[in-house]
Amino acid sequence: MDVEILSRIQFAFTIAFHYIYPPLSIGLGLVLVIMEGTYLRTGNKLYEDLTRFFIKIFALIFGIGVATGIVMEFEFGTNWATYSRYVGDVFGSALAAEGIFAFALESGFLGILLFGWNKVSPRVHFFSTVMVFLGSMFSAIWIVVANSWQQTPAGYHIVGEGMEARAEITDFWAMVFNPSSVERILHVWVGAFIAGAFLVLSISAYYLLRHKHVEFAKAAFKIALVVTTASSVLQLFLGHLSAEVVAEHQPAKLAAMEGHFEASAPADMYLFGYIDKEKQRTVGLAIPGGLSFLTHQDFETPITGLNAFKPEDRPGSLNIVFQTYHLMIAIGMFLIALTLFACYLWWKGKLFQQRWLLHLFMWGVILPQLANQAGWFAAETGRQPWVVYGHLRTSDALSKAVTAEQVLSSLIMFAFIYTLLFALFIYLLNKKIQHGPYDKHDFEHNPLQESMAAQLGSK
Amino acid sequence: METFLNIDYPTWWFLVMGGVFTGYAILDGFDLGAGALHLFFRKEQSRRIALNAIGPVWDGNEVWLVIGAGVLFAGFPKVYASVFSAFYLPFMLFLMMIILRAISIEFRSKEPMAWWRRMWDVSYSLSSATLGFLLGLILGNLLQGIPIDKEGNFTGHWLYFLNPYAIMVGITTLALFMMHGAIYLVMKTEDRLYAKLTILVRNTTIFFSLCVILLTMYTLIYIPQLTNTIRENQWLFLIPALMVLAVANITRQITKRRYIYAFVSSGVTLALLLILVAVELYPSIVVSTLDPAYTLTVYNSAASTKSLGIMLTFAAIGVPLVAIYTTFVFWTFKGKVKLDEASY
Ligand code: HDD
Ligand code: HEM
Ligand code: HEM
Repeated sequence: MDVEILSRIQFAFTIAFHYIYPPLSIGLGLVLVIMEGTYLRTGNKLYEDLTRFFIKIFALIFGIGVATGIVMEFEFGTNWATYSRYVGDVFGSALAAEGIFAFALESGFLGILLFGWNKVSPRVHFFSTVMVFLGSMFSAIWIVVANSWQQTPAGYHIVGEGMEARAEITDFWAMVFNPSSVERILHVWVGAFIAGAFLVLSISAYYLLRHKHVEFAKAAFKIALVVTTASSVLQLFLGHLSAEVVAEHQPAKLAAMEGHFEASAPADMYLFGYIDKEKQRTVGLAIPGGLSFLTHQDFETPITGLNAFKPEDRPGSLNIVFQTYHLMIAIGMFLIALTLFACYLWWKGKLFQQRWLLHLFMWGVILPQLANQAGWFAAETGRQPWVVYGHLRTSDALSKAVTAEQVLSSLIMFAFIYTLLFALFIYLLNKKIQHGPYDKHDFEHNPLQESMAAQLGSK
Repeated sequence: METFLNIDYPTWWFLVMGGVFTGYAILDGFDLGAGALHLFFRKEQSRRIALNAIGPVWDGNEVWLVIGAGVLFAGFPKVYASVFSAFYLPFMLFLMMIILRAISIEFRSKEPMAWWRRMWDVSYSLSSATLGFLLGLILGNLLQGIPIDKEGNFTGHWLYFLNPYAIMVGITTLALFMMHGAIYLVMKTEDRLYAKLTILVRNTTIFFSLCVILLTMYTLIYIPQLTNTIRENQWLFLIPALMVLAVANITRQITKRRYIYAFVSSGVTLALLLILVAVELYPSIVVSTLDPAYTLTVYNSAASTKSLGIMLTFAAIGVPLVAIYTTFVFWTFKGKVKLDEASY
């Protein structure tokens, strides 16, 4: 294998691994703000317990997110040196802004969040929680801005030629608000809310199934269910907005997402299917003219297909783009159905009686993770063969000084250490969940527990 | 070229970068140093206290590295690209150690078994020490210059980075961090551990002083060009002179039990060392050993003036903010370490 493919695999692997954690932190951060805010407002100790428990889970996730994130920041220089020179002006400023405005905020206040319970007042503690949450939201902004600029470059001009060529900023705000950044940030945020809140749902469902910490779990479940339902419904609209941007600015990607080959013809929308690259056709269950309708509100409008592009300008792995894109949408639809149904049962007062539903929520935690990963795979493989859309090819973006052996050895190293990391993560997460929100001695010596349960029971 | 207060933008950005890396060295320096010393503490209780002394702040300290790398990428993209790809393996090792260290801190306290804790103690300490050493190693290579061609691509052997001078700088950096970390821990501990640490402070200070003397002689004999600027501007001898004073002051303050001042002194030592490096390098950042014409300087490797202007504004807003909440966090956790249920 050559340096290019190895570097691509390494980048995909390390970013996909990183991206397990940030969405959980962002979503959990939101839930924590709600929980602790409720505690401050009502003074109900149950919400303090909720906050304390989920902060412990948060700490675990956050730690791994930080460690794997530093890898990402270094990798641009180590593996994509030509790319780094090319985009330094644009990309570097977004990354620097992220460090200064976002990471410093979240990591600074994290110390207080985790260790400050006895050192600061409840208000200051709540303030720290909000700051950590905001910090994580900001970091998503800057990094997605940088990525969106690669997808839909704006606010720059190219200076120099050949190997010397590089993009320079001409208009900073046009660079930040490039055609896809707003839509994508919103979509990424909301995807993160779903992922984080679903973790809370999953843990609570587990407790409910085991009849452990029942009042605690019910309270957590309700908060998380509201967040997940609202986010899932919203995500459909935001996803649609993103698709419109793709249709306008990255037609080759859109064509790959729906497996549309004819250079200019009305396009179908597949529920599922398979792209036959050899025969240049897509088989599967389709709504005729569906894609035309969604993008132009008309079943007949022609859509630019893959054949309109030179073979070297088309995404290479059509099926990856197609399948991951459809997986994301399928999961999105399923989540909407699931959460709305749960809300309906809640309204009927029967939410916690369906054991199968609780099972579904417990295992369902994997779904938003899959959707998030799938979304990125669709967006990034659909961008190929370009690193900077229309300007710089992935194959030109590599580090000239790095050999295939070096990348292979680092890739093996990452595979090894990330496997270890993931195993430890699951092990400790499980342990924290098994341990539950209360320490043993709390149970024996803490009468608050019972009074709390009584309080909630009477509601 | 645009200027502000008569200093051009690339130079300003060089100063910002220097400031951030100095902040990083002072902040993460003490927690890496404390980590490197970890195995010197024998008792479980001592190790927990030492770990919790850095508990609430190490992550915030590491962010300075993240900012530093971002600042380098943004301001001098060519340097970022050349240096990071040139030292592929040391950087990969560095990343592995960063991860290993984070997991060790995080996971150590999660199980009570002795073997579990000992395992993470060892990996925590080794990774901390390796990180300090690697930072110095890379600095040492940059000080000597590296073979980069016209396009800024490294052309040396993949084991190039392991040369005697760089190794010497690596060891010196580690020694400095250990001294710095020991002083920090003295501030945060009591009783027996504290007594033990006062001895460690003395030993690490001696070790560091020896390293610096050796390194200086090495530099003077083998890499005389690194002292050109200082020879031409005699008043710059003030910097090494101040450094000697700062180190001497550490010992003085320790005997007087004024640990905060000792800590400030070792911070100043760190800063002076980096200022010396900056003075000698400027305006070059990466000297090419192939042809001086290929050397990356603050001017030929900088981002556009427009971009630098924007980022200088960012830095002017952001850096004071970061300083404010860093101070706030350190203030919150001031005083001796007390273990409680939230501790590691
Ligand atoms: C700001 C930049 C940026 C951001 C935020 C992301 N990526 Fe990306 N990604 C790149 C910048 C990039 C890149 C540096 O531009 C790569 C490396 C090689 C390439 O072609 O694009 C890339 C490649 C790349 C590939 C390989 C595509 C291929 O080679 O066919 C995958 C699967 C992902 N990324 C996945 C992700 C995921 C799961 C992300 C979620 C966080 C993500 N990317 C965020
Ligand atoms: C290639 C792209 C990326 C790079 C270079 C990158 C870089 C980093 C770095 C350096 C850190 C550690 C910061 C610290 O020390 O606190 C980090 C953590 C984090 N990143 Fe990423 N990141 C990338 C992608 C993303 C994406 C796409 C998101 C969100 C949508 C994201 C959100 C976060 C968050 C919230 C954290 C804090 C730690 C956590 O919550 O897990 N990052 N990232
Ligand atoms: C429900 C219907 C959905 C639609 C129509 C939709 C649409 C899209 C589109 C068109 C893109 C590509 C954007 C681009 O390439 O610029 C995308 C990307 C993405 N999607 Fe979705 N999506 C949906 C649901 C979801 C869900 C439920 C999640 C996660 C829980 C999710 C997470 C993501 C992520 C993380 C990306 C990559 C980031 C980006 O490019 O914006 N999506 N989505």
